[in-house]
Amino acid sequence: MAGAPNREYKNSLVRWIEYRLPIFSLLDHTIGRDYPTPKNLNYWWSLGAVLTIALIIQIITGIFLAMYYVPTAEGAFDSVERIMRDVNSGWMIRYIHSNGAALFFAAVYIHILRGMYYGSYKRPRELLWFIGIIIFILMMATAFMGYVLPWGQMSFWAATVITNLFSAIPWVGDSITIWLWGGFSVGSATLQRFYSLHYVLPFVIFGATIVHIWAIHVHGPNNPKGISVKGPQDTIPYHPYFTTKYMVVFGIFFIALAFLVFYEPNYLNHSDQFKRANPLVTPANIVPEWYFLPFYAILRSIPDKLMGVVAFGGSLMILFILPWVDTSRVRSGAFRPVFKQFFWIFVADVILLGYIGSQPPAGALLIIGRLATVYYFAHFIIILPLVGWMERPKPLPESIAEPVLKGEGGQ
Amino acid sequence: MADSAQDDDGVTRRDFFNVAAVAASVVGAGLAAWPLINSMNPAADVLALSSTEIDLTPIEVGQSITVVWRGKPVFIRRRTEAEIEQARADDKASLPDQELDADRVQNPEWLVMVGICTHLGCIPLGQKAGEPRGDFGGWFCPCHGSHYDTSGRIRRGPAPRNLEIPEYIFLDDTTIRIG
Ligand code: HEM
Ligand code: FES
Repeated sequence: MAGAPNREYKNSLVRWIEYRLPIFSLLDHTIGRDYPTPKNLNYWWSLGAVLTIALIIQIITGIFLAMYYVPTAEGAFDSVERIMRDVNSGWMIRYIHSNGAALFFAAVYIHILRGMYYGSYKRPRELLWFIGIIIFILMMATAFMGYVLPWGQMSFWAATVITNLFSAIPWVGDSITIWLWGGFSVGSATLQRFYSLHYVLPFVIFGATIVHIWAIHVHGPNNPKGISVKGPQDTIPYHPYFTTKYMVVFGIFFIALAFLVFYEPNYLNHSDQFKRANPLVTPANIVPEWYFLPFYAILRSIPDKLMGVVAFGGSLMILFILPWVDTSRVRSGAFRPVFKQFFWIFVADVILLGYIGSQPPAGALLIIGRLATVYYFAHFIIILPLVGWMERPKPLPESIAEPVLKGEGGQ
Repeated sequence: MADSAQDDDGVTRRDFFNVAAVAASVVGAGLAAWPLINSMNPAADVLALSSTEIDLTPIEVGQSITVVWRGKPVFIRRRTEAEIEQARADDKASLPDQELDADRVQNPEWLVMVGICTHLGCIPLGQKAGEPRGDFGGWFCPCHGSHYDTSGRIRRGPAPRNLEIPEYIFLDDTTIRIG
């Protein structure tokens, strides 16, 4: 995070603090005036900042929900209803929390796809990529456990189906599941531990985010051209250039959040969530939240229990090998004509899987789901290595500054 | 100073102490973690609540009831003659989880099973009249499409095992105790 020499701060209080604890220069170097940033970053680079804001919103609204929420099988559903009806602004805080989680995932998916398109996972950013995947998995765990807390029908059955995934592990599976439940089925003990973890994991995510940002600063961010910064002519300070650019995206994010919260607060919810959890009645079609659907479709497409679970885990873990299966030395998809097409086919495949995950598993959809699952893995294991070897990339520009100066724009 | 205790292959006493100290710390951390991990297992009062007695007299032939045991549904079905015969005939069918009907019942008329699909834990349909019972006349799990036969054995679908038989005893002809 070192860089420009420490500046003289004008304000004397700031100077007093800075001398004892150099927090202002730390901020300036991290997200401020002394952070040299590739000048061609486009709007897709704003998602990281959006994610940080989304995390903070979840933490703040969560802390206030926690003041009224009761984590027991008897009390949870009623306490959430109380938040909705009786607690001052409770409905709004809860709707911001539940819809905020959805937008958080929308942002993280775009953020990940941005990384995949521009090759941000390639040397020397492999560890940065790993930390990102770990954050993504922690987010999934947090959101899953949060979804269980209101103790509606879908909460209960999502918890049952997902914890039962562990029973597929040979020999020790059943003991692990009982250990996870703290009983012989999903119940109060399960709910309370989920609450404990749901409260703490976001702070773990926060810590991981700091490491993520630290790792970004070691080699600087990647950029749409995927070529490295050669000198000062390639960069501009993060503040005010990107801070203001990203304000536009924050505006879009808050408009989307306000639209959901005030006009369609239950659009992404499931009607079974308005029924109290009933361990004796399974809903007709168990569907997870939309952001889990592609992975859920992969799980269901495999007719064998253990292999289904392996494929489910594998579909996430395979992101870790991306830096090595992508054999191309060119980072950015902008210079890779063949890769670019396969990238969009992959995006379409994931969306298709998401649709299939939302439908009952039968007939033609089951077959299409299997093909889409095979394609998902083939993209990583077969297509990326082959494209990397066979494709002829377009010539790379000399530097980031060159086409900018010639007036070709940032793309 | 420890260098003076160096042997021929360059390993010092200090290296040994370092390795021993790290190893002891790892073991210590593991021992300290165990009570925490174990605290997540079912508590003593949960384990204590584990048996239920059921009166079978109100159940007619061809009817089923669902009772709760350890927070889980237990299916009790009074099977018809035709179902029992079907179950026995199916002993010879190709079964993913090989088991004889005779090994799954204490009294052929009464089939007692945990009503939880062995795939991912949904509750199969087929207990009430009018519910789908699958292609083998027993139970059908709608979650991912597992079919169970009249002995509760898995016949088709992603579930790996037959519906589990809980521990139970007949206290007399019309009462059982589960657990
Ligand atoms: C990564 C950040 C977080 C995510 C993605 C997240 C996600 C969720 C989700 C999806 C729900 C279910 C909402 C519903 O359908 O009603 C939920 C509920 C809840 N969360 Fe969070 N959450 C996060 C952080 C937090 C934090 C930090 C706290 C506490 C300090 C918290 C406290 C709660 C409480 C009390 C509920 C239950 C009330 C309710 O259902 O609205 N959450 N969370
Ligand atoms: S839980 Fe019954 S088929 Fe999956």
